[in-house]
Amino acid sequence: MPAPLMTYLVIPLVKIVVILAVVILLAAYMSYFERKVLAYMQIRIGPNRVGPRGWLQPIADALKLLVKEDIVPSRAEKLVYFLGPVLVVVPALLVFSVIPFGPAFKVAGHVVTPYLTDVNIGILFILAVSSIGVYGVILGGWASNNKYSMMGGLRSAAQLVSYEVPMGLSVVTVLLMANSLSLVKIVEAQQRSGVWYVFPGFIAFFIYFVCGVAETNRNPFDLPEAESELVAGFHTEYSGMKFAFYFLAEYANMVVISSIATVLFLGGWLPPFPNALAALWASPALAWIPPVAWFVLKMAAFLFVYIWFRGTFPRYRFDQLMALGWKVFIPVSLVNLMAVGLGVLLIGGPR
Amino acid sequence: MSEPEALKPFPDSEEMEISFGPQHPATHGVLRVIVKLDGERIVDAKPVIGYLHRGTEKIFERETYNGTIPHTDRMDYTAAATNNQGLVGAVEKLMGVTVPPRAAYIRMILAELQRIASHTIWLGTHALDIGAQSPFFYTFEEREKILDLFEEYCGARLTLNAMRVGGQPYDLPEGWTGRCRTFVDQLPARVAEWERLLTANRIWKLRTVGVGVISAADAIEWGLTGPPLRGSGVKWDVRKVFPYDRYDEVAFEIPTGAGGDTYDRYLVRMEEMRQSVRIVQQCLAKLPDGPVMAKVPKVIKPPKGDVYFSVEGPKGELGYYVVSDGGTNPYRLHVRPACFINLQALPEMVRGQLVADLIAVIGTLDIVLGEIDR
Repeated sequence: MPAPLMTYLVIPLVKIVVILAVVILLAAYMSYFERKVLAYMQIRIGPNRVGPRGWLQPIADALKLLVKEDIVPSRAEKLVYFLGPVLVVVPALLVFSVIPFGPAFKVAGHVVTPYLTDVNIGILFILAVSSIGVYGVILGGWASNNKYSMMGGLRSAAQLVSYEVPMGLSVVTVLLMANSLSLVKIVEAQQRSGVWYVFPGFIAFFIYFVCGVAETNRNPFDLPEAESELVAGFHTEYSGMKFAFYFLAEYANMVVISSIATVLFLGGWLPPFPNALAALWASPALAWIPPVAWFVLKMAAFLFVYIWFRGTFPRYRFDQLMALGWKVFIPVSLVNLMAVGLGVLLIGGPR
Repeated sequence: MSEPEALKPFPDSEEMEISFGPQHPATHGVLRVIVKLDGERIVDAKPVIGYLHRGTEKIFERETYNGTIPHTDRMDYTAAATNNQGLVGAVEKLMGVTVPPRAAYIRMILAELQRIASHTIWLGTHALDIGAQSPFFYTFEEREKILDLFEEYCGARLTLNAMRVGGQPYDLPEGWTGRCRTFVDQLPARVAEWERLLTANRIWKLRTVGVGVISAADAIEWGLTGPPLRGSGVKWDVRKVFPYDRYDEVAFEIPTGAGGDTYDRYLVRMEEMRQSVRIVQQCLAKLPDGPVMAKVPKVIKPPKGDVYFSVEGPKGELGYYVVSDGGTNPYRLHVRPACFINLQALPEMVRGQLVADLIAVIGTLDIVLGEIDR
């Protein structure tokens, strides 16, 4: 086989298939994880019937949604109604193409990178692509021809747009510290400087994560799908596979936000305190732990916090949510950006 | 036939009109609210009721006096004991019967346990409506224990049918008082636990403080009773102002709020649970011996006349107006439902607020459609 074909077609294709399979399974099992953890927080047991301890529950759910009747409301805008879930799920999955799950390693003389690609505008790519998702939400809500759906869609449009600003600003602070937009380079910069960016940039980290929760429409910012007010918000009318796509996108987005938070602030695949404890991590007792394991562990911690939020907080009201975004997060992240910029200028940042 | 007033569309509406319910996750049954919205702001709201109408008051007329009691269970199905209490109290007042002290104390214990059970449902669903999921499960755990106590006493958990004209049908089972005491003794700690989740929670306060405000004067004008009235600062509780059973023999406070908003009503109800615990504890300590049934004829035939008697239900004043023609069935039996009258204030309380507040206000009024529609 000619080399270019191998490099540019076969290997990426294999990677795409693997990443898609893993991400979709991860999103499905995220729902299981959520139901279990939430159940234990609420003195319940959670899914326990399908398979041992309910391990097959997500598979059963997916099958159920696959064979379920796909209902299109008679007065819906058919094409847009169909496009809604597509526009939500594609960006959510596309983002995974630039997320580095681990460092490059060698197998039988070939360098293998456990990510699809490392573009030099990684963060911009993520911000750009994930913003497309809002179209799916607002179009789906509008096309359903249902007042609840439309209110859900409008709410989420306002919410996503306003929370993207502080989120972007907090990402810029990392950019200042790392001097790169490439996600791989950002992790490597954290390794060089020996400090995770969560320590110098804890305000940015906090804002990023809270905005991330808002971006994924999760409690306490789950207004677009506030069950008690809007029934199910923008996806009230959706059923079957189309609903499954919205569902998948929501969980995939949670994984995305957690992965990016891990990469930007928690040193990606690096073990804790990579330089200070370098000897410890290199010791034979711990050296077998693959970098991917650290990545997954950190990501899982974020996902747990998501569920923890859901088990604890009531929901914000729409105006309060807007006030929080515009009056608190944007000014704070702007000031924080200036402070970090000044720090980088004066002391050269965490090098 | 012209449409009923409430169903007519609003004229010249630039605003969006949205129909909440009758099947909606947050309307606590089959309440329908037609809401006129300007964006997310409520211009007007009209509750539409009647989806659960069963003609209960007409059914009463064909039943014997004791036969009406199971039908009262099904009005406010979260508070069967207080419903029973009101009805038997009304008939006893008409007949001039005094129930034996032991029966009166058992009634008070059941009623106060029922109040706690009703408030746990209110707290769970109210918090769920505002987006806090977990309190629902914590409160239902405690409610379950109350229902177990009810089941042990009368065999039923929800529709108790636990009182009769003239007294109580059964004495307390062996060991029941001990189990009841264990339950009420541990409850204040659980109430404190729920309060830790909500009372000081920033988001909870944002969602409830200043929402659904009704002034004391307005509350009286609308005829509100129960926690919605007391939340506005009016110290009115039928148990204190017209003591029935033996409420004059136990000490308890009437908690009141100051601002008349959703948060005040929340605090009032939380405190009421503690006060109910106090009452049950005193009743258990004072519980006299003796019969549980007064000498009443097998067939209840109250003398000709009419009587109004009300009790303090968990939702507010629950009154019964009984008209007797001297026969075995009530000639007319009208119910003054607390929820129905409290619901009237809904449009007043939500006008100018946001959609999310409508849900909070429906929750804070603690309505049960079974009682509204009867």
